[in-house]
Amino acid sequence: MSLSIGQVAPDFALLDTEGRKWSVAGYDGAPATVVVFTCNHCPYALAWHDRIVDVAREYAARGVRVLAVNSNDADRYPRDSLDAMKDRVANEDWPMPYLYDSTQEVAREYGAKVTPDVFVLDAEDRLRYRGAPDADYDNPGERAEWLREALDAVLSGSILERPETKPVGCSIKWKA
Amino acid sequence: MNVELLWWEGCPSTERALAAVREALADLGLEDVDVRAREIRSDGDARDAGFVGSPTILIDGVDLVPAATDEQIGLSCRVYRRRDGRVSPIPDPDDLREALRVAAERTEVTR
Repeated sequence: MSLSIGQVAPDFALLDTEGRKWSVAGYDGAPATVVVFTCNHCPYALAWHDRIVDVAREYAARGVRVLAVNSNDADRYPRDSLDAMKDRVANEDWPMPYLYDSTQEVAREYGAKVTPDVFVLDAEDRLRYRGAPDADYDNPGERAEWLREALDAVLSGSILERPETKPVGCSIKWKA
Repeated sequence: MNVELLWWEGCPSTERALAAVREALADLGLEDVDVRAREIRSDGDARDAGFVGSPTILIDGVDLVPAATDEQIGLSCRVYRRRDGRVSPIPDPDDLREALRVAAERTEVTR
């Protein structure tokens, strides 16, 4: 099961590292929302992290919300535990909330497969882009260009030429 | 010299890592060295091999980048640091070349 382009994204209620509740629906006025499945222990997620952070900062002024979600099984991967998430946010400068999907329901509903896996939703919470942030985790010069293209298209109301790319990263660590 | 690459299917870096190893060997004129790829399929395999993530590259049985003592053994993708500090799923090509060069010299001395 995976969310399709044009489909309304399922709502969720997840807590961030500060205990605040976040959802997709109910944010009238947000022209776009980025839901990015990520984690602490994956080199791909870490390599792309700064680029996603830059996007979160730069597009915040245009009303875009970025929600980072960790769905990995923390029992088998303690580096992805809630405590480890809190440590990371406390020691880094995060411009976006870091949400804990402890039941993995949100990852399953979205059909997230790897970290990072990026979903861009429009003002009506319809999926407009799904995939990787850009073409190469190893090249910071790519600047999360595919994500930026998607956001620019959503914000300008134009057609998105590349609505889907193959997400690249570590498989989500499902509970047994 | 024995070069072995331990890999797990949950990480997409295996091909790129293998290519990097072969490129480093070629740079050193060691194209004839065989690179053996061994799949780690289960937590049991990981425990037996002391596997701390994919890819792990062993040169004469020694990890190219020795794992930290608190590194968790298990099925995951390994975090490497490039020489410029960037995080990467594969080792820095210069580290790879250097480790292979040292191993090749050691092999030559003990021959």
